[in-house]
Amino acid sequence: MNLLQSPAVRVGLSISIATGLYGVSFGALSVTSGLDFWQTMALSLLLFSGGSQFAFIGVVAGGGSGVAAMGAATLLGMRNGIYGMQINALLQPRGLLRFAAAHVTIDESTATSTGQTDPLEQKRGFWTAGLGIFILWNVFTAVGALAGSALGDPKQWGLDGAAVAAFLGLLWPRLKGREPVAIAVVCALATVLAVPFVPAGVPILVAAVVAAAIGWFSHGRSDEGLEPDVDPYADHPHTHPQGDAT
Amino acid sequence: MTLWMWLLLSCVLAYGWKLLGYLVPASVLRDPRMSRIAGTMTIGLLASLTIVNTVASGQALVLDARLGALAAAGIALMLRAPFLVVVLAGAGAAAGLRLLGWS
Repeated sequence: MNLLQSPAVRVGLSISIATGLYGVSFGALSVTSGLDFWQTMALSLLLFSGGSQFAFIGVVAGGGSGVAAMGAATLLGMRNGIYGMQINALLQPRGLLRFAAAHVTIDESTATSTGQTDPLEQKRGFWTAGLGIFILWNVFTAVGALAGSALGDPKQWGLDGAAVAAFLGLLWPRLKGREPVAIAVVCALATVLAVPFVPAGVPILVAAVVAAAIGWFSHGRSDEGLEPDVDPYADHPHTHPQGDAT
Repeated sequence: MTLWMWLLLSCVLAYGWKLLGYLVPASVLRDPRMSRIAGTMTIGLLASLTIVNTVASGQALVLDARLGALAAAGIALMLRAPFLVVVLAGAGAAAGLRLLGWS
């Protein structure tokens, strides 16, 4: 059968284009935050998780140390472990395939896959979105990095404002309901209070500790915050992805 | 050179999280508390990164054109604009406010 007839492949392709395109903003912001072209490409090729990549360059841009940047990026990547468990349960990739699957396990590939009910479609959705985003994200990161280094003074172009908007854009889809909003407000306040007292970059880690404590001591949805930046099923409400694989 | 080192270590750790999900027995990570912390930490970190990039300048808190970028991005998101448009709205607001003379 023609693969383009598969609903999961079609959703996977459209999510690949939407997500891949904003690799431009990552590439441009990365080089203007002080990373060079190859450091920028290394993040997109090897780290390959949008939120963590933006976190890394966000800390560096704010004058934070490399170790603080690593801390923020790594803590933000924890959710990919949860996604890995979900995809492992659904697709059960074997052998070397599982190492490739792990690399493309991100918000969007997981959401595309778990939004389907047929096992074959789940597999197609995961690989189409995972590989499609990987290719386009890297192509557009390179485009953005080359364009960014040609821009000159980043502030004149409002690129520091673009970074603010990017983080709010990553946060926004996860603020469904009152509880995630409350968590966001508390963590933002903790950050602002910490800024004058600790070195740059560290306030973000303070917020991570506060957020982890909220998660540990409170009892809410266990899939809170585990939503993709771009919802693959935004146009198909009846097949909205579930955050839980069980 | 040291930035390269932290950067590559971040890549290794990011892959480590992803692979962990595939390698550990499902029962370990199925603990709802782990998945809950992963979620609350994602929200907390992104909220923190948003505000730090808006008001922090080193260890000082400053209100400048970036506040306009935050507002513009919020409006774009409420209008359900795609991610790239949100980013452009933020850049445009900051650049525009600077052009008008607000740092």
